[in-house]
Amino acid sequence: MRPFKFSPTNDINSAAQMLMANTNAKFLAGGTNILDLMKEDVERPDELVDITRLKFTQIKPISEGTNKGGISIGGLSKNSDTANDPEIRQNFPLLTQAILAGASAQIRNMATNGGNLNQRTRCSYFYDTAMPCNKREPGTGCGAREGINRMHAVFGWSEDCVAVNPSDMCVALVALDAVVKVQGADGKERSIPFADYHRLPGDTPQKDNNLAQGELITAIEIPKNNFSGKSYYLKVRDRASYAFALVSVAAALEMDGNQIKGARIAMGGVAHKPWRAMEAEKFLTGKSANEANFKQAAENEMQNAKPLEHNKFKVELGRRAIVRALTQAMNGGTNQ
Amino acid sequence: MTVIGKPVDRVDGRLKVTGVATYAAEFNQPNMAYAFPVRSTIAKGTVTAFDTAAAEKSAGVIAVLTHKNASRIKALNPGEQMKAGIIFLGEDLVPLQDNKVHYFGQFIALVVAETYEQARHATVLLKITYASEKHAIDLKSELQKGFKPTKLFGEEAQINPGKTADLIAASPHKIEHTYTTSTENHHPMEPHAAIAVWEGTDKLTLYDATQGVGVTRAIAAYFLNLKPENVRVISPYVGGGFGCKGAWFHIVLAAMAGQVTKRPIKLVITRQMMQTNVGRRGATIQKIALGTDHNGKLTAIRHHNETYTNLAQFFEPSGLQTAVLYEAPLREITYQVARLNIGTPTFMRAPGEAPGTFALESAMDEMAFEMKIDPLEFRVLNHAAADPIKKHPFSCDNLLECYSTGAEKFGWSNRRMQPRQTRNGKYLVGYGMATATYPAGRSSASARVQMTVKGEIKVMTAAADIGTGTYTVLAQTAADVLGVSVDRITVKIGDSSLPPAPIAGGSQTTASVHPAVLAACEMLREDLMKLAVADAKSKLNGRKAEEIAFANAKFFVKGDASMSDSYEGIMRRNGKVMMEACTTVTPASGVGLGTPVAPCMPVPTAPEENSDAKKYSFHSFGAQFAEVWVDEDFGTIRVRRMTSVQDVGRIMNEKTARSQIIGGVIFGLGAALMEATEYDHRWANPVTRSLADYHVPVNLDVPEIDVHFIGKPDPHISPIGARGIGEIGITGVSAAIANAVFNATGKRIRSLPLTMDKLL
Repeated sequence: MRPFKFSPTNDINSAAQMLMANTNAKFLAGGTNILDLMKEDVERPDELVDITRLKFTQIKPISEGTNKGGISIGGLSKNSDTANDPEIRQNFPLLTQAILAGASAQIRNMATNGGNLNQRTRCSYFYDTAMPCNKREPGTGCGAREGINRMHAVFGWSEDCVAVNPSDMCVALVALDAVVKVQGADGKERSIPFADYHRLPGDTPQKDNNLAQGELITAIEIPKNNFSGKSYYLKVRDRASYAFALVSVAAALEMDGNQIKGARIAMGGVAHKPWRAMEAEKFLTGKSANEANFKQAAENEMQNAKPLEHNKFKVELGRRAIVRALTQAMNGGTNQ
Repeated sequence: MTVIGKPVDRVDGRLKVTGVATYAAEFNQPNMAYAFPVRSTIAKGTVTAFDTAAAEKSAGVIAVLTHKNASRIKALNPGEQMKAGIIFLGEDLVPLQDNKVHYFGQFIALVVAETYEQARHATVLLKITYASEKHAIDLKSELQKGFKPTKLFGEEAQINPGKTADLIAASPHKIEHTYTTSTENHHPMEPHAAIAVWEGTDKLTLYDATQGVGVTRAIAAYFLNLKPENVRVISPYVGGGFGCKGAWFHIVLAAMAGQVTKRPIKLVITRQMMQTNVGRRGATIQKIALGTDHNGKLTAIRHHNETYTNLAQFFEPSGLQTAVLYEAPLREITYQVARLNIGTPTFMRAPGEAPGTFALESAMDEMAFEMKIDPLEFRVLNHAAADPIKKHPFSCDNLLECYSTGAEKFGWSNRRMQPRQTRNGKYLVGYGMATATYPAGRSSASARVQMTVKGEIKVMTAAADIGTGTYTVLAQTAADVLGVSVDRITVKIGDSSLPPAPIAGGSQTTASVHPAVLAACEMLREDLMKLAVADAKSKLNGRKAEEIAFANAKFFVKGDASMSDSYEGIMRRNGKVMMEACTTVTPASGVGLGTPVAPCMPVPTAPEENSDAKKYSFHSFGAQFAEVWVDEDFGTIRVRRMTSVQDVGRIMNEKTARSQIIGGVIFGLGAALMEATEYDHRWANPVTRSLADYHVPVNLDVPEIDVHFIGKPDPHISPIGARGIGEIGITGVSAAIANAVFNATGKRIRSLPLTMDKLL
């Protein structure tokens, strides 16, 4: 780990200003990702601005504005507190399931919600400084494109980067149409729709998201929904726990009788950002909830997949996972 | 024997869970500095230049060692090394002696600094220039350029090459399939760690995490050109070994850093280094052909094994079990070995049998299915009554009982022959089984036992407890032989200044060290008894030895407990503050992994004892049973329960023994379902760099594991009758699981690990 300056602060404005004054500075919250990356010499900040004393830790119902009736979760709330919040368990079980599907209890106890959004890919070529990686070092090439890419993207990748976003929580948040509230150095707040928060790699894979320098996630707002428990987070991985998703699916259905009024489907482990399965959603809207329609929806989504050498299985797995997640959602989201 | 066999709690358990047990990296020294290795980023070629200027100027840096400025140490010389007691060296690559690179991640320099963080940081400031050469990484293509080894652990490597072709071709039933297993890494919880402390220029103390203080001392003494008696290796607790600890050069690197800096040096390697620098199990390609007659009796077995090595003689000997299991008129076992530019393969828990039983026991399942015979019955039908190659009887073989006990405990009779017959919700359910086997070796060992007048007893031997329970079972043996309670015994191990014991490898510690402790305790007890018998004040005065019994730290006349004399009383009256005995016990089979010198009183062994070269073949056997649930939509496999029945001789401690088997089965489950080290062929770098990418089972992957022991003492291995059990638990597990997956799904996967994509 390179030496760095440790700068604690109690104040969001000074936190943001420290990052504006030093473009090599980074925020430190739970530290479950950035400290690992610093030990591996992947992240090389010369200053860590400790934001753990900032007060963005509330989980509270939204009482006004466009997301009234929804819930706001603090950018610095812990993942475990968020997952286990009674209101979230009751009304946003998809989020609880997704958070608890990720990492381990110990990591979730440390990791913050903002940090979850900003965690970086676990691509092995990104982590190994001896390897080329455009995300770590733009212009060096993508090691995984022609390398061991079993864990990598099947949607939205570019020749410059085939990495995937590792988060489970974010898959649920994009399905739930969450909004990311950020505050910049100028003290101004802005809202970023979740689907626009993360980026596809394009030719700038070094940028994971659309956060500006000095901006900090203060909260994530999740609007009220009418899923009535018809939601499910499915994660397929190489072992029973503590592994990143090969493919995950967040599915939620708003029903009108047996007719699907609205469907929300998002996928993890398939793209550089949490992947909203718009084709599948479009197909299902107005259809009845049955296996044939679930299969067609999955097909419509996955036919656009472009697998790499080692992850061709993700296309069929993605189809089956979408069908299973929708079926489980219809069954009330239980673990059958 | 009253305490041997009992499920006594680990005597070191409380020390470990309370953090009091001191591991190698925790022996901090005054004025200690830290070393951190620098690793190559090419797989083959030479280092043409080191620019160390920035690193040397970096805060806290004391020295940067490269091949240019490191001290010259002794070169490799296999004959001389063997004479020096280096029975095994992990890798033929003396560090920092030249600029050659043989694999990606090789140690090529060392930074020494005031703190660990400063040393590690400075390594990224080094600028290293290479001249790369084309590396060898693809096993299949490199095998053609490989070699046919002639020797395997001192015996013929190639058995009956080419001789089974006609027999198999003429057999009414035959199968031939190729099975592959992946490269795996050991990853004990504790990484390799050493602290080197010099006293002057010719005395060295090493605190190391090692499976054998003796071999570690021999390596340090030989390569650093020191007198063995001037090197002391201390390793009281070891956080797992599995075959990767004791024979690697990090100790020498630490000592070299200490020579330059005149400081005690701590060197702890990272998890990423564990993935490259301390051995691995080489991947295998195994081609098995079986022929049977109309009745299902095997006519011939052919097992061709392909694997790789790098800087060692060692290669994964995946044909070993095929030389031991099943009766057949002819068997052929051959090897072809490639040389690849990846970190050197080495011994890893059941080297050979772990991947080898996957191939053989999968093939047996396939043949049974072909013949429509129950796979367990098929094994019983072809059970080998004697060692098929040596033709000797086994010293003690209860394999048939393992099968029957396992079948009963597991409920094997509920298995359906045809696959895909059992469902539970969305899961397909399947049963599978396989045979387990591992050699039961024994080597020479020495032990010293001391008893004070206060009744405190110390058992001393340079054995290791790598988590197996050595401390506990040695205390049990001493307690029984001396007739005292376990809490009177203190066991001192893991120190090269103690009487020598073999490395904790090849599942030999229990079989080897206990006879030495037994002999020393008996000698001490007899010396004590002689004092009593000769003592006019003793109630035992003038009695014959056969009239005297012992218990509760007393001798007494058989049938009359009032005629007794306590150990304390005897010692007090005779003015003894402390008495001791030291013995060296060498089995008839020879020194084995032990040391050739007998530092203590040699105790003769009975001619029937471990006389394997002449009369008996020593092996442990077992049967593994698995139930799997397969989610067919996703190809994900959950092992729902396992039954493991083991015939390993006398059980020394029912609790620690069970733990050994459970651990072995979990190790096998990891190999079956998830463990694989993958390399990018362009750079020959491992892309599974840490435990985030290299998956091992987590708690949720591990089902209930039902362990049973046959428990009959082996009458020939030693007076105690206990064989080692560290490795057999892993064998057969991956085949049992793969066979269960076939039974569940009808899909035969011949390639480990059984990841979901292979079943999709």
